[in-house]
Amino acid sequence: MLVSMNWLKQYVDLDSYSANELADLITKGGIEVETVEQLNKGISGVVIGHVLECQQHPDADKLNICKVEIGEEEPVQIICGAPNIARGQYVAVAKVGAVLPGNFKIKKAKLRGEASHGMICSLQELGIESKLVAKEYADGIFVFSENVTPGEDALEYLNLHDEVLELGLTPNRADAMNMIGVAYEVGAVLNRSIDLPSPELVRSDEDVEDYVSVRVENEEDNPYYGATVIKDVTIKPSPQWLVNRLVSAGIRPINNVVDITNYVLLEYGQPLHAFDYDRFGSKEVVIRRATDGEKMITLDDVERTLSSEHLVITNGSKPVAVAGVMGGADSEVKEDTKTILLEAAYFNSKLVRKASKDLGLRSDSSARFEKGIDRNRVVGASERAAQLIQEIAGGTVLKGIAEQGARTIEALDVSIEVNRINQVLGTEITETEVAAIFERLQFSYQNFGGTFTVQVPPRRPDITISEDLIEEVGRLYGYDNVPATLPMTESTPGQLSEYQVKRRHLRRTLEGAGLYQTVTYSLTSPSKRLFFSDESVEAVRLAMPMSEERSELRTSLIPHLLEVAQYNRNRQLENIAFYETASVFLPGDELPIEQEHLAGVVSGLWQEHLWQKEKKAADFFVVKGILEELAVEFGVEDRLTFARAEEPKLHPGRTAAVYLDEELIGYIGQLHPEVEKELDLSETYVFEINLEKLLQADVAHLKYKKLPRFPSVTRDVALVVNESLEAGEVKRVIKEAGGSKLVEIQLFDVYQGEHLDEGQKSLAFSLRYYNPEQTLTEEEVKKAHDRVLKAVEEQFGAALRQ
Amino acid sequence: MQERLQALKEEALSEIQQASSMKEVQDIKVKFLGKKGPITEISKGMGKLSKEERPKMGQLVNEIRNAISDQLEEKIARLEKAAVEERLKKETIDVSLPGRPVKRGNHHPLTRVIEEIEDLFLGMGFSIAEGPEVETDYYNFEALNLPKDHPARDMQDSFYITEETLLRTHTSPMQARTMEKLNGEGPVKIIVPGKVYRRDTDDATHSHQFMQIEGLMVGENVRMSDLKGVLQSFAKKMFGEEREIRLRPSFFPFTEPSVEMDISCFNCGGDGCSVCKGTGWIEILGGGMVHPNVLRMSGFDPEKVTGFAFGMGPERIAMLKYGIDDIRHFYTNDSRFIKQFNSL
Repeated sequence: MLVSMNWLKQYVDLDSYSANELADLITKGGIEVETVEQLNKGISGVVIGHVLECQQHPDADKLNICKVEIGEEEPVQIICGAPNIARGQYVAVAKVGAVLPGNFKIKKAKLRGEASHGMICSLQELGIESKLVAKEYADGIFVFSENVTPGEDALEYLNLHDEVLELGLTPNRADAMNMIGVAYEVGAVLNRSIDLPSPELVRSDEDVEDYVSVRVENEEDNPYYGATVIKDVTIKPSPQWLVNRLVSAGIRPINNVVDITNYVLLEYGQPLHAFDYDRFGSKEVVIRRATDGEKMITLDDVERTLSSEHLVITNGSKPVAVAGVMGGADSEVKEDTKTILLEAAYFNSKLVRKASKDLGLRSDSSARFEKGIDRNRVVGASERAAQLIQEIAGGTVLKGIAEQGARTIEALDVSIEVNRINQVLGTEITETEVAAIFERLQFSYQNFGGTFTVQVPPRRPDITISEDLIEEVGRLYGYDNVPATLPMTESTPGQLSEYQVKRRHLRRTLEGAGLYQTVTYSLTSPSKRLFFSDESVEAVRLAMPMSEERSELRTSLIPHLLEVAQYNRNRQLENIAFYETASVFLPGDELPIEQEHLAGVVSGLWQEHLWQKEKKAADFFVVKGILEELAVEFGVEDRLTFARAEEPKLHPGRTAAVYLDEELIGYIGQLHPEVEKELDLSETYVFEINLEKLLQADVAHLKYKKLPRFPSVTRDVALVVNESLEAGEVKRVIKEAGGSKLVEIQLFDVYQGEHLDEGQKSLAFSLRYYNPEQTLTEEEVKKAHDRVLKAVEEQFGAALRQ
Repeated sequence: MQERLQALKEEALSEIQQASSMKEVQDIKVKFLGKKGPITEISKGMGKLSKEERPKMGQLVNEIRNAISDQLEEKIARLEKAAVEERLKKETIDVSLPGRPVKRGNHHPLTRVIEEIEDLFLGMGFSIAEGPEVETDYYNFEALNLPKDHPARDMQDSFYITEETLLRTHTSPMQARTMEKLNGEGPVKIIVPGKVYRRDTDDATHSHQFMQIEGLMVGENVRMSDLKGVLQSFAKKMFGEEREIRLRPSFFPFTEPSVEMDISCFNCGGDGCSVCKGTGWIEILGGGMVHPNVLRMSGFDPEKVTGFAFGMGPERIAMLKYGIDDIRHFYTNDSRFIKQFNSL
């Protein structure tokens, strides 16, 4: 909502307040003033000029040499190229030395040999937006249509010394979508009285009933409809004051009758529609639901297809307007219109919203109906418009209103106790102060011992419960005056859940290990999903995606991490180490199943210390080591296992499934070389696990183990086995065979090559034996160690390497 | 004999003087003082001397032996010291060479901001609730006093999955979910961080996915002044002790009264600058007193308890705090961006 200071001054005395001061106060009162615009944009030196002579330039077809009187001793010569310049016009002249918007300075000039002392201006040159310039002046200079005096300030006549406040209205404050509503608000904020228009209408003796009747099929759809008829009007451009008002509010002037309906819309907040009575097509107005598929052509010359969810105004047979949204082309007011049928109605806001949304038509009218207008202002607004039409367009207003429905409704009673106000706000506002605030708002009330019963006027439909009154009192009392206190409620321990604690540890461990955290989008595309998983994985799809790129919820974190890897690689950032924890979404019953996953991507150099010649590329074991460390951290060191696996898109020889106990919880692996090529990535490793399984694993509390009191014995053994045998398998057998005294098994060498047969490899383990009860004897160690050697020999044919 | 001893001494001292290695010193020691050395021999031959001469000569032999021995010791010490010095010199490094980098990643800036805010509210006795990112229409809208056809639903155009489920547009649904579980028994003190989604085209200031932190406190005698007090501590800890806050009336369907909170500009201190667009104030979050309909629908009696709620955007806070100019940076994950958040 744009509010002209000059317009507002008609209702409220603003003398001592600048636009910026007022803006501050209104903002503090609860309606945010988003901008304060100076309409003159720094213009100076523009006066009214009278074109005394106008002749074509001898050397230029499109230029005219004008003699213009500008209130100085002598007329000045100005060269003007506007097509609509003519002798006798009163125009806006930027004198030599004048400044136009954009700090454009007017200087003496010579145009094709002729001197020009100034410039005759179009409205655009004076800083008015093209979309607000009336059609007749759109492509040329502006011409004053009223009596003006040369030499006087042109800006004054164009209201360009005005300032305009732009209100950012929240949906509850539709009451301030009109000047009267703003006047009430400003009156309350400033604690000043307001002066509202009271139209005095002279009606003829002719009865409106002889011209038109009104029938509303369903009063729930349309609680009130009133039609006024005005005869013998003359359609022409509006007077300057009216044009100025509309322009300040951002509405383009059209003609006097249309401008008046727009003016009243802005002043009263009541959308009105003027039909050409003679083109209306009947003498009855019938308001009904449209039929499915019914068609009509609206004012903008577009054919609209309607449905039974839309309310239409008809002439008894066919629609002439979509209620509250837009009129029809057939009954539009045109230059030759003589008789006006003026509609003032209260339509059901939901129906207006539905039609506006379905037809994609948002107008100043629909916006107001949707948010709720003042039921008790409908008739007043129609009288105001009729009065202005009579004044400005001539004509006779017929007696009475053809109408259906109640003109007004009762005020709503809402009660609030002063104690409750203070209890909710934490303030100590007195009864007297509360009463004063309700008076500022112009709410009538009764006060019985601190309980106020307020008659909420229908102009404020946002106030329906006592909390709404608390807000009214609070905002006008001033939130700056509310103290800052500490809550008095019982104290509660603020703590993270066990899961949250673990997740924080997880992040720190991963980051300590060298990974950087990313946050990527949850919405993805089917092609990204299918790129990385087979078709058995189903996703949750949006009903109406904005793009295919973001059309479904991700089932894996890897695709977007790979996207991050590609993004960075494309910027020569090739050493990549990222992780993310986020939800993936799988189809569920009422809601999708959300699982928190941990995933990572690692590529390029892992360790680098150039001058010491250290360079270590990321590999499978870097990633595996990180997961193993997490297993230690979350107490599942012995329960998290890795087994060779195959995953689509991963290297078949470098992929492992990750198990927690017997349950598969994720995988790690290198991207398949073909995938790396396709994505233009170098050797890249990824992992993804179901984080909930890891963090929610049932683990025993950490307990201290006694420090060793006796020496332990270490035996190294190098076993020659078939190269396809996995070290993990050998370790498992060693562990089983070693018994309780074998407390540690470390693989310290893997060897293939010289001194070994083809197809063989040597695995060297260091085995540590320990007895917590007493010093181990040589015999005990030998017994256990022999068992180990026997077991590996039997199971794998493993020979001791010589 | 005396002359011979003196000559030996001279010879020995001279050799010691010239010795340059430990081995030479050892050889000299054996040569002069060893069992087969000349001085031992002279000692052995002393039996032939007269009674008077013997002690005199004995004393002289000892003196010379000690003199050589002292010189040897001294030489050894000097050589050892030189050896140590030589070694230290050899081991000297260029301390200006760069150290071995410690491999360490860091939090994403949004996590950093969220954890900071979480810790702040944990300290004030709040716990952290988390909820589903796909919500029912009921929890996302209706339980928050946004019935179907409510005009304010325009404010948050959403990604629906079915008619009844959608990607949550705020983390406020956890208000209702948390309160329902408590069967009307307060107090409730939670904050709810998480991802939310709205139908916005991504640009420098909009993102279809972003973070939100919702806060809720419900109990007997929870007042708007408490909201002001809690938010004041938040603003001061997050943006500096000198920060002032102001509450402005606003509108949200789930709170009544509703407010927006501004902080005094941390860049200019309130005089007006480009960060605060000349107003001296920066809008940080919205909140208010929980609407009685919301309390009622979630099983709390608005006659007995009151509550406050607020919601803030970690992206906005991070952008203000760190001077980040484009919201898309948070989701592009350029490593040069993320790595900037590696210090305290």
